[in-house]
Amino acid sequence: MSMSEEILNQRAGTERIVGIDLGTTNSLVAYMEGDKPVVIPGVDGSNLVPSIVALDIPDPAADNPRPTVTVGNSARRALIENPERAVYSVKRLMGRGLEDVQDELKLFPFRLADDIEPGEVLRIRLGDKHFTPSEISAYILRQLKRNAERYFGSEVTKAVITVPAYFNDAQRQATRDAGRMAGLDVLRLVNEPTAAALAYGLDRAKEGIIAVYDLGGGTFDISILKLNDGIFEVIATNGDTHLGGDDIDNLLLAVALDEIRNEHNIDLRQQSDAIQALRKAVIEAKITLSSEPAAKLDIELPDGDRYQREIPREVYEQLIQPVLARTAGPCKQALADAGITPDQIEELVLVGGSTRIPAVTKLVDEIFQLSARGKKPHTELNPDEVVALGAAVQASILAGSSTTTEELLLLDVTPLSLGIEALGGVVAKIIQRNSTIPASATEHFTTGVDGQTNVAIHVLQGERELAADCRSLARFDLKGIPPMQAGLPRIEVKFLIDANGILQVTAREQRSGLQSQIEVKPTYGLTDEQVETMILDSFDHAETDFEARQLIEARLEADTILSAVEKAPASPAWQLISDEEKAAIEAARLHLEAVKPSGTLETIRKATTALDQATRNFAEKMMEAAVSGAMRGKTMQTASEDLGDDVNAPHPFAPAEFK
Amino acid sequence: MSEFPHCWSCHTILVSSPLLCSNCGKVQPVAETDYFHAFGLERKLVLDTAALEKEFHRLSRRLHPDRFARATPEEQQWSLAATALLNDAYRTLRDPLQRTEYLLKLEGLEIGEEHAGKGKTRQPPADLLEEVFDLNMQLEEMRMNQKMGEDDPSLHTDLINARTRFESLLAEVDTDLTAKGAEWDKGDAAVRDQAAKSMAALLDRRRYLRNLVRDVNEVLTV
Repeated sequence: MSMSEEILNQRAGTERIVGIDLGTTNSLVAYMEGDKPVVIPGVDGSNLVPSIVALDIPDPAADNPRPTVTVGNSARRALIENPERAVYSVKRLMGRGLEDVQDELKLFPFRLADDIEPGEVLRIRLGDKHFTPSEISAYILRQLKRNAERYFGSEVTKAVITVPAYFNDAQRQATRDAGRMAGLDVLRLVNEPTAAALAYGLDRAKEGIIAVYDLGGGTFDISILKLNDGIFEVIATNGDTHLGGDDIDNLLLAVALDEIRNEHNIDLRQQSDAIQALRKAVIEAKITLSSEPAAKLDIELPDGDRYQREIPREVYEQLIQPVLARTAGPCKQALADAGITPDQIEELVLVGGSTRIPAVTKLVDEIFQLSARGKKPHTELNPDEVVALGAAVQASILAGSSTTTEELLLLDVTPLSLGIEALGGVVAKIIQRNSTIPASATEHFTTGVDGQTNVAIHVLQGERELAADCRSLARFDLKGIPPMQAGLPRIEVKFLIDANGILQVTAREQRSGLQSQIEVKPTYGLTDEQVETMILDSFDHAETDFEARQLIEARLEADTILSAVEKAPASPAWQLISDEEKAAIEAARLHLEAVKPSGTLETIRKATTALDQATRNFAEKMMEAAVSGAMRGKTMQTASEDLGDDVNAPHPFAPAEFK
Repeated sequence: MSEFPHCWSCHTILVSSPLLCSNCGKVQPVAETDYFHAFGLERKLVLDTAALEKEFHRLSRRLHPDRFARATPEEQQWSLAATALLNDAYRTLRDPLQRTEYLLKLEGLEIGEEHAGKGKTRQPPADLLEEVFDLNMQLEEMRMNQKMGEDDPSLHTDLINARTRFESLLAEVDTDLTAKGAEWDKGDAAVRDQAAKSMAALLDRRRYLRNLVRDVNEVLTV
């Protein structure tokens, strides 16, 4: 940290903890301002940062080839112009393996590395470099971190990040790893529906049973909560981490691609830039159809032809019906697990951009019998922002900094049962799904062979009977067991799911009392050491805020020349210039003063150059006066001292240098 | 017990829940504690679930890791362990069946899924031998029909009636369990011994009946 940053920090006082919604389509950062959560905007003034990362791989022959990263709206352009260099919806790849993502890979413009083994973390190939999904997410988080720091004028190192409630252990770890890589201490991972409930719960002193239906870009969650005296207790949660607006986009895209192939004889599937342009059009049509009875697709094809198509809402709704229908099963299961019937749901909250689709509101109304009971779903809080707002509330609870939030408490649950693989490939469940977290279970193991010093445990998540049908979480290798006869050691293993929903394992051999060392091999994840090596360089110059930095530099240049001009009338050379020149200098000075605070980069540079030009003659006169002064025994040094300014290089009236 | 645990911070004796000091409010490192003790409750089978929920919320507010985000790493660890224990305890104690099984296990009786049928095949309850035999025949027949794509409405009705019958038997078991639980609470060592054995048998019976109902449901929802 530089000296000035330190001072800024001290002035700012207590460090703020921010709340971050790391979404499939858009990401946001928010914080608690007084008694209300507020979203922090980016440089461009918008609250949403598109979860798109574009990398420009520089010439490998260059001196220090580091990738230039663009995040958000500026990366959007790269998606159309250079799609192989852009990554979107990376959340769909977090904590996943090769087998899981085969289908969507076909429509993604970026490629994965060739040599990914089963059970290994994914690697995205950009140029000749590989990036894990966590690293890509880290770039997005870093952008949000910077937006917050710019807003506060001080460093931000602590955050609460939200995850889909139905995210498994690997997906949560990947999110936490991304936070660490971005230089954030992730104090808590909060489930998105629970965060949304928190944001709504602030508005009124609510009591009762509520359901949160969260359909985002890539994930679906349904959570049922009981609110009572400031305690938000999740009773049951269910969902699908592979279901969202992206699936609707892909469906429309596939239909359009097929039509183009049939009608125009062009197979666009091989041309990523054409696909991305078509995808953009299809998304715009989807959004239009939420409020209009029809939408139009109209794009130019590579051969100059146009593909034009009108989509009436009825056709659209029929097309997407199977996607939306997939949300019904998890809703019914959650109700069953909660032991309640739909009519016992008192309030329902809609979260996520995809809930703007009228067909979704209709489906939710049917499942939960809302209008039949004279009820309507809650959408008062912006469905795109409500999760980030809730995360900010949770951040405030953790900081203990606000009287509004100090009596609130979230009691969340683990969404999936935790089990151990036993003999025969069967899963023995040790922690049931929907158990309030933190939760624990203790199991005992022993050795099968004389002198055995290691015991391997395979831990899984899921509801099925066979290990092959469940989700592998990790393999734990318990080491350092004192060699004994087979069956003698009594190894007590404690499984603890923490408040983030992430598993911790400790083991102890009870006869000797020795704590066992545990080597963890996470499935689809990274070890701690690997994460360490991927922490983003906080002084990476080739980064997103290039424009912002240039702006700051241009303002500094302007300040330098302005302060020199202010002192000009004190110089004897001032008497040597004409009145017109003085007027011109004054006009140029006023103009620069005016544009400096909020002008664009170009405007400020132009105004600086104009002032420089206006003072060129005066500068020469000043030099002559200084020189003749020197010949009269005055040096440049004393001449400059008279001016009250240090004229050592660079000279204030030297031509401004713009890189 | 001759020695009572003290709060590490203010040295007051820990009363009620050992997880939290009632005097200074500091979280306590958790030794091996049973679920009843975690709530400061005596080992009783009859329990006021509304009061339990209230106490659960009260303790959660003070112990939850979210309250310790700025505490020392040591207190954070204690908070995590205490809250996990509190949650495990609440989950077990608030369900009458789990509560009963847990207490019997604490008292040294071997019950539960893993012990049922140990060393012998699972026997149906003696008074239901004939009914269970008939039901198994019907289930077999139904499965055959489904395989062949045939439908027998009267068989369907028979199975639904059987399910209703076994569900009411289940309800009877639950009533008996509650009664035995109250007996256990009030009785001396001898009464308790008898009650415990009865409850263990009732739990076995219940498990068997529940599996039967599950089998019928499986066949009916195909």
